[in-house]
Amino acid sequence: MEKIIFYALALIMVGSAIASVSSRKMLRSVIYLLFVLIGVAGLYFMADYNFLAAIQLTVYAGGIIVLIIFSVLLVHHIDMELEVVKKSKRVLAALTCLAGLAVFLTTIYSHPFAAAQTAVTTTTADIGMKLLSYGEGGFILPFEVISVLLLAAMIGAIAIAKGGKVGDGGRVVKEHIEHTTPAKADKAEKITVYPLEKEPAVAEPETALLEETTN
Amino acid sequence: MNIPLNISGPLHNWLFAILPPAAAGIFEMVIMALVYLAIFAVAGLFLVLLERKVAAWFQLRLGPNRVGYFGLMQTMADALKLVSKELTGTEKADKFLYNLAPYFVIITALMALAVIPFSSGFQAFDINIGVFFIIALSSIGVIGILLAGWSSNNKFAMIGAMRSGVQTISYELSVGLSLLTMILLTGTPQLSGIVEVQKNGWLIVQGHIPALIAFMIYMIAGTAETNRAPFDLVEAESELGAGFHTEYSGMKFAYFFLAEFINMFIIAAVAVTVFFGAWLSPFGITESIPWLGVFWFLAKTLAIVFLMMWFRWTFPRLRVDQLLKLEWKYLLPLNLMNIVLMALIVWLNLTIQF
Repeated sequence: MEKIIFYALALIMVGSAIASVSSRKMLRSVIYLLFVLIGVAGLYFMADYNFLAAIQLTVYAGGIIVLIIFSVLLVHHIDMELEVVKKSKRVLAALTCLAGLAVFLTTIYSHPFAAAQTAVTTTTADIGMKLLSYGEGGFILPFEVISVLLLAAMIGAIAIAKGGKVGDGGRVVKEHIEHTTPAKADKAEKITVYPLEKEPAVAEPETALLEETTN
Repeated sequence: MNIPLNISGPLHNWLFAILPPAAAGIFEMVIMALVYLAIFAVAGLFLVLLERKVAAWFQLRLGPNRVGYFGLMQTMADALKLVSKELTGTEKADKFLYNLAPYFVIITALMALAVIPFSSGFQAFDINIGVFFIIALSSIGVIGILLAGWSSNNKFAMIGAMRSGVQTISYELSVGLSLLTMILLTGTPQLSGIVEVQKNGWLIVQGHIPALIAFMIYMIAGTAETNRAPFDLVEAESELGAGFHTEYSGMKFAYFFLAEFINMFIIAAVAVTVFFGAWLSPFGITESIPWLGVFWFLAKTLAIVFLMMWFRWTFPRLRVDQLLKLEWKYLLPLNLMNIVLMALIVWLNLTIQF
């Protein structure tokens, strides 16, 4: 029974992974990637590690994939197809992939895997205790370090979203804050100055992009 | 992998008596899945009817009253009509994603039903992370909506999908945090454990002030998660046609429609489980008759469903900026403070126990 489920999951994951890199439609690639991530969650469920499986679903399938879909929706139109890269690049990519696969396989096959005797279900209480314990085998230090890292990332994101300071030598780009904001006209538009070197990420409102791509 | 299937004992024993264990296990799962599918497809249809009746009542109309007794068969007839309808699509749609999208929405909705404790024996999958599992599934449903909007090759559908994405991502946070507040009180995210704790009084009484705040936040965020009015700018009829499912017809449209109502039912059922004692009767009046648990659970759930319908026909629709302001500037900080308050109350043992 478990074997059947495992092979079904593995087949889905491998198949979608291949489809994900070979599909020429961007959003389809993302959806195949989603299937791979859901398959990984399925493996965690099989290993009876429900918490990790739920995290996998929330963070990767629900969070990261949604963000990727969002960015694809903004830049990509339904008619577009990704172009095929040059042959030399393809060969290079294939060689790199093979090298990675070789390293991976040798590591897997040189490691002696022992079957677990008793299946233990990890509960959230166990995880919480370990995470906050500073004794033997506790994870309080990595936990705190990661929280500092996340804080830094958050501040960085805010700093980027706020945009650079208004300086000289910049280009003035009109930017709508929100395409659906029916607030007063003077409020809805704000003037942002971008440095010359950088291209603005999305300078036009979403609706303009939509109209442009449908032509 | 051991899935604790909690169906009624006799069926379980009978299956394992006549079949080898592996086959019996599979049969048990299939039977459970079919039972859940049948029950909730029909229940979803009757929720649609309830919605229409409530709407009619609020607007001083009669509502559907021709098909069947008092119009009881109206939505069943609608479903049959939808099955027989032609499946249309736009010309340049991405056919694969277009056909895939409804299943994301309906499957996640139906999967979340599995963990809901309808009574002490009627819970398909008592997973040890219960509440968290529901949150994880609801975060996947939005992918179906985004895909539907994009692959329809329609501007209105696309705008509807984008709005839905923004809305669901934002309000998921509030749903999660308000449920987390209650987990502080119960000490376990497992749904059967949460019910067990409530034998000393429903959590909304046990946790008094912070529980009440958490419940209000949960209801607001839950209504937003299901894309219902006053947060229905995803499918705002006056602006976007029908939003992300403009281009869908027949059964595929019905999947979206059904999923919306099943999601509403799930939001209400989780509210009942976490705040109002699930299948426990008020003051334990029918504690000696365990099968009445289903009745109490459904009664409480329908009361909350009615509350959500009441919202829908009472409040005007929000704008996108108001919607986001409500979440990020009011609900989220309030929620974080509420968690600290709840932690204090649990720490100082100020909960009300019977």
